[in-house]
Amino acid sequence: MSVVKDFETEHFPTWCPGCGNFGIWVSMKQAIVNLGYAPHELVLVFGVGCSGNMSNFINVYGFHGLHGRPVPVAEGIRAANSGIKVLATGGDGDGYGEGLGHFIHTMRGNWDMTYVVHNNQVYGLTTGQTSPTSMKGFQTKSTPSGVVEVPVNPLALAITSGATFVARGFAGDAKHLTSLIEQGMRHKGFSFIDVLQPCVTFNRLNTYQWFTERVYKLEEKEGYDPKNKMMALEKTFEDWNKNIPTGVFYLEDKPSYEDNFAQLSKGPLVKNRVDTQLDVSPLMEDFR
Amino acid sequence: MVTINTLQWKIGGPAGLGIKTTGEMFARLCMHAGLHVFGYTEYPSLIRGGHNTYQAYVSEKKIRAQVHLVDVLIALNKETISLHLDELADQAAIIYDIDKVQVDDIDLKGKQLHFYPIPLTKCAKESGGSDVMMNNVALGATLAVLDYDIANLHALIEETFGKKGEKIVKINKDSAHCGYDFVKRNFPQDFHIKLRSIGTSNRILIAANEAMGMGAIAAGCKFYVAYPMTPTSSILHFMAEYGPKYGVLVRHAEDEIGVINQAVGAGYAGVRVMCATSGGGFSLMTEGYGLAAMTETPVVIVEGQRPGPATGLPTWTEQGDLRFVLHAHQGDFPRIVLAPGDTQEAFFLTAEAFNIAERYQTPVILLTDKHLGESHESTEPFEYTKITIDHGELISDETLTKETDYKRYQFTDSGISPRSLPGQAGGVYLANSDEHDEHGDSVEGADNRTRMVEKRMRKFTMLEKSLPKPTLYGPESADVTILSFGSTKGAIFDAIDILEQEKIPVNFLQVTFLSPFPTQAVKEVVTKAKKTLVVEGNYTGQFESLIREHCLTEVHEHLRRYDGRPFYALDIVTKVKEMAK
Repeated sequence: MSVVKDFETEHFPTWCPGCGNFGIWVSMKQAIVNLGYAPHELVLVFGVGCSGNMSNFINVYGFHGLHGRPVPVAEGIRAANSGIKVLATGGDGDGYGEGLGHFIHTMRGNWDMTYVVHNNQVYGLTTGQTSPTSMKGFQTKSTPSGVVEVPVNPLALAITSGATFVARGFAGDAKHLTSLIEQGMRHKGFSFIDVLQPCVTFNRLNTYQWFTERVYKLEEKEGYDPKNKMMALEKTFEDWNKNIPTGVFYLEDKPSYEDNFAQLSKGPLVKNRVDTQLDVSPLMEDFR
Repeated sequence: MVTINTLQWKIGGPAGLGIKTTGEMFARLCMHAGLHVFGYTEYPSLIRGGHNTYQAYVSEKKIRAQVHLVDVLIALNKETISLHLDELADQAAIIYDIDKVQVDDIDLKGKQLHFYPIPLTKCAKESGGSDVMMNNVALGATLAVLDYDIANLHALIEETFGKKGEKIVKINKDSAHCGYDFVKRNFPQDFHIKLRSIGTSNRILIAANEAMGMGAIAAGCKFYVAYPMTPTSSILHFMAEYGPKYGVLVRHAEDEIGVINQAVGAGYAGVRVMCATSGGGFSLMTEGYGLAAMTETPVVIVEGQRPGPATGLPTWTEQGDLRFVLHAHQGDFPRIVLAPGDTQEAFFLTAEAFNIAERYQTPVILLTDKHLGESHESTEPFEYTKITIDHGELISDETLTKETDYKRYQFTDSGISPRSLPGQAGGVYLANSDEHDEHGDSVEGADNRTRMVEKRMRKFTMLEKSLPKPTLYGPESADVTILSFGSTKGAIFDAIDILEQEKIPVNFLQVTFLSPFPTQAVKEVVTKAKKTLVVEGNYTGQFESLIREHCLTEVHEHLRRYDGRPFYALDIVTKVKEMAK
């Protein structure tokens, strides 16, 4: 069995003291350990931003790619090796700005992977500009008069785009977040976890205290049924000025993308690598 | 005088009438007669309407490009006649619909032509087929004009449509027969060109796009991902149809950015992966292209050129992306670009691209264009057993268990570091888009940066040393030496054949490795040559400037075109003759 120490590297996180990324980092490692994975048994794909810097702080097969593109890289890894556990992680600018298209299309396919988004509603690494999830009116370096656009609703997008596990966690509640990541990783199909991640340096609005006053857990709410799509969708529209639901919004049992292909039924493609050329003479018959 | 087995046949009409399919049928029919064929298609970026053509140049000797003059024209509408009147050879035949096309008011510009008004639509209907079946009627009529046994067409119809059931076969046969009989009955006089079987051949009729797909499958490609874009969509179609039987997962992704990142993910995870696009799609892929290089991930990318900029001429040809692919993405890294010139090279270079990609752990670009990718060539079957597979320096599980400090990006003399694959115990590392140390961790130190850049570039130097020499075709000493790359090969070869008959010795240096550039070999040829001519399909002379850049030498003349059309042998012949004077 692995222990948390196995996932540590020689680098200690360079995040600002108190950053929400610490809570996600701790929860992710704990979830992996709880599920019994050794460092070589999974791949973590990172986007670019403060979240992407985690790639140096966790000892697994890692892929630190381009801004907005961790999800398609993760798809490629799953295509090549459907036998390995794959997690993708990135920020709100990464996944809901630059990479929004990939996010939606990957969910449509229900690829078997877990996607964790560090949602701090601001651009941290580029020192404080508006993000796709910034609340309307939010003042930043790039929007000194306040954000004009309304924020994207990633959970509603996920529920309507085909994700089969949709959840929201809070970086300030590592125990709960650990459980959500664990459930997501156990889930077969696309599991998506949006994490409320306070940015202590550039977001003075959505702070730990602000969130703590508002978050509640869906599983503690009587009568909530995550298998009810309309109920789940409704919960994504709650007014954040009052309450912010966390926990598992939506759950569905459905074949994953990988289940659709006979090519993958003989095991991961990477196990079918060939060392000698394949006989293509039958193909040439069709061109005679 | 009667000509046997040398002709160009052309069919034209509105898009959506199965013109390409019919053209391929005629081309295959001639190939089955033991003849060589080159099939060339022109079409606008439309699904219905617009003007489509397919032309098949047929000969007993090897031919590699289309020619200007048309001997038999199938005109599915009146526009086809006026559009192609200038191409018609003297005494050419025009086959058209007696009920739909009036030819009386067409200015024939004094040409002597043979008219074959045939009830194309009526025959199609009487045979129980739709309007599209008029193609078959025209095919039948063609055989009568060329005095070729209709049984050969029947055999081909059975072969082509047999799977679709007896009824379809019968409709096809009947409609062809209707056209054939009509000509035999109403036009008993001999046409001056005849088609004759000279025996059977083992050849295949294939375009480079399909050849590349086949090469990829033979080389063990296991993941093919693409977003449709002319002129490489047919690679996607080929892979989707044939790939799964060979265990290939084929994916039509959301966009080209998704494509390249998925390809990089799959390459990182250890399978042979290929993707294809055109210049516009490759513009979207350029960031991911550099990501593959930075993470030292093997990926094969096909860039099938069409005229740019922007969406340009979507369905036409050009070689204007050469400088683009040679410089795509920011920063320095080994940029490897290969350019096949015909279907055989398309097959084998694709397979070799996978070896290079894995051996040097880096992306490899195969540069083609519409003319190469979509023109059909009758060619000998690919000797696929000649393909070898080299996965490069993959580190074994055994070695990894003994390794206490595995370094994925270890500084080595060759620049190539032992590669682990996700899942291997002891091989954990970070594939990092940021500059990194030997383990893959982000570091920004000056010394590490310098060493890492040099390590990556050493791979390029290694490849440069092991490059095959470009082939010099033709005599060692010649009046004119042609230098070129890619799809121009066919027209150049045909031009050399013509010039040989006229006793003008010409040789041709074909460069297939554009990066690394075979500097020494090119320099030797250019220095020795009496007169040099560069043939290429772009405005600025991108290939010519490469010669200048690498060899520090000038060539004498150039022939360029950038009108979306391919080169014709005669254009080259004319230019060479001017130079040889």
